[in-house]
Amino acid sequence: MRTKIMADKKTGRIVKVAGPVVIAEGMTGVRMYDVVRVGNLNLIGEIVELHEDRASIQVYEETTGIGPGEPVTDTQAPLSVELGPGLIESIYDGIQRPLNALVEAEGEFMSRGNLLPGLDREKKWHFQPLIKDGAKVGPGDIIGQVQETTQILHKIMVPFGVSGTVHKISEGDYPVDQPVAVCTAEDGTETELKLMQKWPVRNARQLKNRLTPDTLLVTGQRVIDSFFPVTKGGTACVPGPFGTGKTVVQHQLAKWVDADVVVYVGCGERGNEMTDVLMEFPELKDPRSGEPLMKRSVLIANTSNMPVAAREASVYTGITIAEYFRDMGYTVALMADSTSRWAEAMREISTRLEEMPAEEGYPAYLAARIAAFYERAGRVQCAGTPEREGALSIIGAVSPPGGDLSDSVVQATLHVVKVFWSLEGRLAYQRHFPAISWLTSYSFYKDSLKDCFEDKDQGREMEQMTVEAMALLEQEAELLEIVRLVGAEALSPTDRVSLETSRSIREDYLHQNAFHEVDTHTSMPKQYEMLKTILHFHKQALVAIKADVETADIFKLTVREDIARAKYIPQAEIDKIADIRKTIEDQMKKLHASVAT
Amino acid sequence: MLSIKEYQTVSSIAGPLMMVEMVDEAKYGHIVDIELADGSIRHGQILQVENDKVLVQVFEGTRGIDVDKSTVRFLAKPLELAVSPEILGRVFSGLGEPKDDGPPLIPEKRLDINSRPINPYARDYPNEFIQTGISTIDGLNPLVRGQKLPVFSGAGLPHDQITAQLARQATVLGKAEAFAVVFAAMGITFEAAQFFINDLHETGAIERAVMFVNLANDPAIERIATPRFALTAAEYLAFELDMHVLVILNDMTNYCEALREISAARKEVPGRRGYPGYLYTDLATVYERAGRIKDKKGSITMVPVLTMPEDDKTHPVPDLTGYITEGQIILSRSLHRKAVSPPVDVLPSLSRLKDKGIGEGKTREDHADLYNQLYAAYARGKEAQELAAIMGEAALSEEDKKYMTFADKFEAEYVSQDYYDNRPVEQTLDLGWELLSMFENVELKRIDIKLIEKYMPKFRKAEREA
Ligand SMILES: Nc1ncnc2c1ncn2[C@@H]1O[C@H](COP(=O)(O)OP(=O)(O)OP(=O)(O)O)[C@@H](O)[C@H]1O
Ligand SMILES: [Mg+2]
Repeated sequence: MRTKIMADKKTGRIVKVAGPVVIAEGMTGVRMYDVVRVGNLNLIGEIVELHEDRASIQVYEETTGIGPGEPVTDTQAPLSVELGPGLIESIYDGIQRPLNALVEAEGEFMSRGNLLPGLDREKKWHFQPLIKDGAKVGPGDIIGQVQETTQILHKIMVPFGVSGTVHKISEGDYPVDQPVAVCTAEDGTETELKLMQKWPVRNARQLKNRLTPDTLLVTGQRVIDSFFPVTKGGTACVPGPFGTGKTVVQHQLAKWVDADVVVYVGCGERGNEMTDVLMEFPELKDPRSGEPLMKRSVLIANTSNMPVAAREASVYTGITIAEYFRDMGYTVALMADSTSRWAEAMREISTRLEEMPAEEGYPAYLAARIAAFYERAGRVQCAGTPEREGALSIIGAVSPPGGDLSDSVVQATLHVVKVFWSLEGRLAYQRHFPAISWLTSYSFYKDSLKDCFEDKDQGREMEQMTVEAMALLEQEAELLEIVRLVGAEALSPTDRVSLETSRSIREDYLHQNAFHEVDTHTSMPKQYEMLKTILHFHKQALVAIKADVETADIFKLTVREDIARAKYIPQAEIDKIADIRKTIEDQMKKLHASVAT
Repeated sequence: MLSIKEYQTVSSIAGPLMMVEMVDEAKYGHIVDIELADGSIRHGQILQVENDKVLVQVFEGTRGIDVDKSTVRFLAKPLELAVSPEILGRVFSGLGEPKDDGPPLIPEKRLDINSRPINPYARDYPNEFIQTGISTIDGLNPLVRGQKLPVFSGAGLPHDQITAQLARQATVLGKAEAFAVVFAAMGITFEAAQFFINDLHETGAIERAVMFVNLANDPAIERIATPRFALTAAEYLAFELDMHVLVILNDMTNYCEALREISAARKEVPGRRGYPGYLYTDLATVYERAGRIKDKKGSITMVPVLTMPEDDKTHPVPDLTGYITEGQIILSRSLHRKAVSPPVDVLPSLSRLKDKGIGEGKTREDHADLYNQLYAAYARGKEAQELAAIMGEAALSEEDKKYMTFADKFEAEYVSQDYYDNRPVEQTLDLGWELLSMFENVELKRIDIKLIEKYMPKFRKAEREA
């Protein structure tokens, strides 16, 4: 590496202020995407355009009170996040300022010009080396670990761009910015290895290899896992009009997904939704570990009323943190709610930069940025030794104007993601939640469903059942059309049974109440049992009508109530669901007997 | 002290905008006074500064301003509201100037009307049930303290009656705490504003009200500032004087139109229907000021009112509002025609914060299951109503007929209620059970069987007899 020329900090002068964009002159020598401090208030900004000595700056804080003539100082570093122990359980704004520390520093309302570091410098962490002095290391190699929370063993990795021989490595308690070892390169340059490293948010972190994401990311949400599953390392999007359940889906996933680390980005959405997460996550227990969910979560909250430029940066801050945990060999899930607000932030800045707009006023690079963002997901072979595999899934909410799916952000997103959960207003108004339309949603990862059962046969059976259920739902749409045209009398008994079964699939299986203690999460074995029971009833009913049993009598069977309430059977008692199938058989037998006599 | 600089260098005027040149020390967002040739004063705010050129939006409009003889004073501060406890009971203009004939106000301090965003970490989750006495709200879309819940209305629909009823009846059960009402009128008629004010007079609530009034014939651009004045007053009352404040903003559609006018004058790339691309962000800086803050006693509950052009909920104003607020109460023209009043369109209405405000110890244990079931049954009944409208009632199955009967009764008995009928929440809940009693248990899938046995009227009767 070349030695850096330690020039004076570049300082220019503001010539124009228009909302979140400030233009400064006299900025020769600054680089694109450098962070700068703007005006007498020392606001934080980033250079987004350069013309000779004239720089356009997007400012991460409100610009009221700033004017021409005030100074702009280059920090000579790109917008970066701090990566190290202390990330978990944190809540940051879009540029990784710790919101909890900011409340202490400046009160309940956000003030300006305050750049607190992302990681606490006071706190000490117990570092346990995993290599010895004299070991040769390269980028991404794990040199030691820190038990960050009960859930997360934080791997300390050699930063990218550093390699050589390690010495002075020793166990002990360190703050994040003190060296825990020194790495000497072949040319003799020494680099201190710390618990903390930095990474510029706009660049994807390095990796060795990309692998096919083919293991199911189990979410405990029936319609998702059974019909439109996402995988570890996969990508999904949830578009829908306002109030249809995007945030609830995202929260449900953040709660129940079987990932090691969850990064939740509240991008331009409501303050109270973040408070909700902050209140709930320390209370809720991860079903796998029994530990509070907060112990595996990182929150980024740049709400709608916080500055738009920081909103634009928030998804990058989030994804970089997520990649960092992936690099340790973890399964990470990132939720971004909502990517539309991110796109709008891009549009707002682009407009102020007077760029040529493309569709709906969005910049021409919108689709490219969206694609590049989702490309940062994946199942990967991580850089460095020991060999390890990590995965990062991205689930993005999209909020199209008027719920119109032809919107640019929806379309650009659908081009890159592999799973589409389409939320429908009509379903939400009927309070059918999650309002994921079974007719228009899709997943390219359906093949992975069967493999998430230990028992191969069960896996295949589950797959078969979902195909059957989906066929019934599709048939329902056609049958309802017939009813609409010619009335219910036109239906054959078989059709009537199909209609009732579809209703049962919708109401007793797809419908899932996020706020019900038991129903909020359904394990894969329980999903299997539930679906099997519903379809069992269907088959038995078809046999019964063949034997001339009246459909009305079938629909009156009390076992249907048991089927409807199967969702409320706690995980520990799921054997009871299999019992329902016996009850079905018993009650059907009685019907057959009554016809025979 | 900063000296105030004066300029007579207005170079151009277009629509509500004015360009001033050769200015030294202009800051973005600060305000100016404009003195006209006749000595009258107008107010403006800086929208952009480039070198020595300053773009100003003039709140009172530019009519009569003249390029040569106007003097512009740069006040070197943002728009501010002078506050003190005495603002209660007073009426202000849309630009925050006292407008009644009350005594002069001695300000305790001046607050920037743009405030600062609440740090999300400092928020406290809204979870205290507010009883409004309106069944469609209390039973199905409960409002909680600190929530922002708009009314989506249409021209000629009775949103004024509903907001007045809300202001009259809203209380937190079992608590007598300091409360206040802040009312911002934006471009509504004198009559509509007066209706609300008279209502406050009748209940005596006027003494606990602060009003910011910009009427239909007041300057349109002023409306951009009006809700911010109102919210600054609300924040002061809530977070400094510990009051529970109900803020009513009426009508946000007029506010958005004023924004559109500025945007058009600036020749910005228009977004949907000509509204600026930053409308979402702008509205968020208004709506997100509702809420509660940890360790503070007071709260801001917000009920913005907006009229949907052509009753279209996908129009940018309701659409973007819905994307920011915590639910919406939608009024329906067809129910209004059917003389269902208040004509609350139950299915698309929503309160997102209800779940933490209801249940045992707050309202009643059966509340959540009950509204889920009422929604499901009404949704099915509505479908049947529609099917019957196309095919005739005869084409309905027995099941469908039953659900249709339910929907009709639900609209007549549950949705409909007098504007002076203040129903306690238990009454609303019992009414729901009453209506559901026409169904068998099998059909009440959304309700825990234990609750059915406890609350269903027919079981209750059996219990009493036993
Ligand atoms: N699975 C669910 N179970 C129960 N209720 C749900 C579920 N999903 C959504 N809801 C209900 O729908 C409401 C709206 O959901 P949510 O806030 O997630 O909508 P959204 O699509 O994120 O809207 P916006 O785009 O405005 O943010 C919730 O407050 C809740 O009442
Ligand atoms: Mg949402």
